[in-house]
Amino acid sequence: MRLQYPSDINIILVPCTGKVDVLHILHAFEKGADGVYAVGCMEGDCHYNSGNLRARKRVEQAQSILETIGIGGERAQMYNLSSSEGPRFAQIAAEMDEKIRNLGPNPIKLAKKKAA
Amino acid sequence: MIVADRKPIEEIIAEIKEHEKILILGCNECVTVCEAGGKKEVGVLASALRMYFLNQGRDVKLDEITLERQCDHEYLEEIRDVIDQYDAVVSLACGVGVQFMAEKYHTMPVYPGVNTCFLGVTEKRGLWTERCQACGQCILARTGGICPVSRCAKRILNGPCGGSTQGSCEINKEISCAWQLIIDRLKALDRLDDYEQIDPIKDWSTDRAGGPRKVEREDVQQ
Ligand code: SF4
Ligand code: SF4
Repeated sequence: MRLQYPSDINIILVPCTGKVDVLHILHAFEKGADGVYAVGCMEGDCHYNSGNLRARKRVEQAQSILETIGIGGERAQMYNLSSSEGPRFAQIAAEMDEKIRNLGPNPIKLAKKKAA
Repeated sequence: MIVADRKPIEEIIAEIKEHEKILILGCNECVTVCEAGGKKEVGVLASALRMYFLNQGRDVKLDEITLERQCDHEYLEEIRDVIDQYDAVVSLACGVGVQFMAEKYHTMPVYPGVNTCFLGVTEKRGLWTERCQACGQCILARTGGICPVSRCAKRILNGPCGGSTQGSCEINKEISCAWQLIIDRLKALDRLDDYEQIDPIKDWSTDRAGGPRKVEREDVQQ
């Protein structure tokens, strides 16, 4: 199955979404990412029991921080799908890409350019 | 341990917004365990603040250091060489650490980054509850190891009061009646006779009622 997804998306592999921390998400935005989303297994299907549930909470925590500091909480998202759902993966990528394009670039990137 | 909770970022921003070179200072002890002021929380707060100020078009230096403790001279001394680089410190230690920092670096503005809550336990990750109010005269020997000073809303010594209902305290059904817990425990220890003993009036002068307290031990002083 050769599926297309937006080429601007940089995939970072982790053993389980439970590895994803608030700090990783914030640092990605600090470095200029326009959006960050975690893609975990379906809820209830985590090999480590609760990795994807933890990831969701951390994404929510990052959302609330990003909202508070004026970057916009909706730039961070959590999705769940099973490993056999290639087309769904591509669909989520396109969805996220569109969402972020509508929001425009990460204001931090612009602020950094201005400061430079 | 001392249990603290994170302060809202908005509140911290309001306190420090006039500063330009800020050190976020964490503590490796209690506040790390209760996930309020350890290295990770320092990282999260510093990252959020860096983005906030950048977004405001401000070039604010925000550095991160986490000390082993902030309630001992030797660890606070570790920042002596770098402290001049900053015009403010946000300490994520408990109120004790924040104050010791302020005492030691007399001309440096220090802001608390957490709300210090109580002396308590980790019941499970993300749930901390109170166990002791440091009254200075521990009576746990007589109360089956359960503290009525910190766990009874009225600090009653010969309880329960009339509000104890089916194991819950009258101030909130979610809170166990400390005296019910004490009775249950004395029963389990087969020491219910102890419950019949009327507790003498407690000497509260060792509690906060006697003003700020100190422990002085000449035997270990140098
Ligand atoms: S009796 Fe006093 S010292 Fe003992 S646990 Fe209760 S508050 Fe703490
Ligand atoms: S109900 Fe129990 S815990 Fe609550 S105030 Fe009365 S004696 Fe104390």
